[in-house]
Amino acid sequence: MSALRDLYQEVIVDHGRRPRNFGRMAQATRRAEGYNPLCGDRLTLYLRLADDVIVEASFEGAGCAISTASASLMTEALKGMTAAQAEILFTNFHAMLTGNGTAPVPLGKLETLAGVREFPARVKCATLAWHTLHAALHGADEPVSTE
Amino acid sequence: MKNEARWQQSSLLGELDVARLRRDFPILERSVHDLPLVYLDNAATSQKPRSVIECEAQYYAGFNANVHRGAHRLSEEATAAFEAARDTVRDFIHARQREEIVFVRGATEAINLVATSYGQRLAPGDEILVTEMEHHSNIVPWQLLCQRSGAVLRVAPIDDYGQVMLSTYERLLGPRTRIVAFTHLSNALGTINPVRQMTELAHAHGAVVLVDGAQAVPHLHVDVQALDCDFYVFSGHKLYGPTGIGVLYGKAVLLAAMPPYQGGGDMIRQVSFAGTSYNELPYKFEAGTPHVAGAIALAAAIDYLGRVGVDAVAAHERALLDYATERARATPGLRIVGTARQKACILSFVLEGIHAHDVGTILDSEGIAVRSGHHCAMPTMERFGVPATVRASFALYNTHDDVDALFAGLNKVRQVFR
Ligand SMILES: Cc1ncc(COP(=O)(O)O)c(C=O)c1O
Repeated sequence: MSALRDLYQEVIVDHGRRPRNFGRMAQATRRAEGYNPLCGDRLTLYLRLADDVIVEASFEGAGCAISTASASLMTEALKGMTAAQAEILFTNFHAMLTGNGTAPVPLGKLETLAGVREFPARVKCATLAWHTLHAALHGADEPVSTE
Repeated sequence: MKNEARWQQSSLLGELDVARLRRDFPILERSVHDLPLVYLDNAATSQKPRSVIECEAQYYAGFNANVHRGAHRLSEEATAAFEAARDTVRDFIHARQREEIVFVRGATEAINLVATSYGQRLAPGDEILVTEMEHHSNIVPWQLLCQRSGAVLRVAPIDDYGQVMLSTYERLLGPRTRIVAFTHLSNALGTINPVRQMTELAHAHGAVVLVDGAQAVPHLHVDVQALDCDFYVFSGHKLYGPTGIGVLYGKAVLLAAMPPYQGGGDMIRQVSFAGTSYNELPYKFEAGTPHVAGAIALAAAIDYLGRVGVDAVAAHERALLDYATERARATPGLRIVGTARQKACILSFVLEGIHAHDVGTILDSEGIAVRSGHHCAMPTMERFGVPATVRASFALYNTHDDVDALFAGLNKVRQVFR
């Protein structure tokens, strides 16, 4: 019961319902699509990098509260990070969710998602945006079409 | 008050002593998160009665041997039980001959068998017709066949209630239609298709008909001769039986003319490097050592259902579905997906502003097992403009209390997302 309360904390319900940085980004320099075939969740992640620094991040798509909140919190956390710092953040975030990291690293607001650890079936929801981030950072190094 | 009256009504209608039947299913005694299990995911797989579990154990403990091989006592006993299971299945779906019953792994393998074997006669430009409410296992094997043969897949649309649009279905049937495949009972919507009528229409155009009975057999009385379909497939595990065993029914004339699906032991008459001749039906399609324990235990499951009575089960489940539907209609922000006039045992729905996955997790924390997702029917989900639904599906051991627990759980969902 308290595991459930940990999972659906106010911050998560709030970000799930009213995601921040939600929407297409016209000036994105990177774009990637994420898809979770298990539940049909889809999201598109947009990044604008300048000199290897993520200056802007946004996403759009449809998903559960966990995947939406995770994407929302991620886009907030990414701003100002270099690509390398973002990858390290993903590693630490993933370790927090699966519980097989070494010493836990403080992750700020992202720690509200730690409750997912008690729900193995939902880890994929919480990491969908992050896998998409990985794809966006490693994708072809060319600007996405702005049509 | 109202609920109590319904209880009486349903027990009168169904005449099932559900409290007693529940004791036949050991798993229903367990708890989940320290709460009694409320199992409403029967469309994914049903729970097994003790007689089925014990039947499988008795085979391994008492007369485990390979079948159709060896002149020893154990092999004779195993073969007799295995072949008796075939007779049980024949009786169950009212097939004309036992040779028409082929044991396979499940509905999926049965459809792949037909697509691969019968499919060999398809040519470029031939057409296969399915409906918009099919399980992926009744879509993808046909897509693969289209890729191999150059045939074209056509899709009969469904209306806003989740019913096949029969006039369009009829228009899609043509001189090039070779195979028509559709479900008897939709796993995503609960719709019961007019199988007899759809089969007649397809036959009028010279097509053969495969009916996916995976969801239907535990809930509806099935008579393949009355339906007149050419193939009928189902899995044991949704029918109170074990996983890994299922059935392909095919009309003997068709099966006899079809090439084998897999090669191996048991399916041959004579093997030489100059050429091999195949065994008679149904063994031509049963290459290798079959799932003997599974077949025997499937027969035990069919016997169990027969003792309870399919009609009584159907009436009981009907009462549960009616009650659940009524409660769903009275729930603000809930939309039922699949409101066909002819329905059975499945309530699929979405809650406004709350994703099915979140509903599933919160219900689970209350000990309630439902399915949340696309139910292996992505085109159907797309038709209704939802990525996923929550699905409660009923079996003979479910009660009005289970339905009440479900709706109490949904209140809980609302609280979390307040
Ligand atoms: C309508 C329908 N067809 C086919 C299948 C496939 O059954 P199995 O996975 O047992 O082969 C299912 C099971 O989910 C189903 O619901």
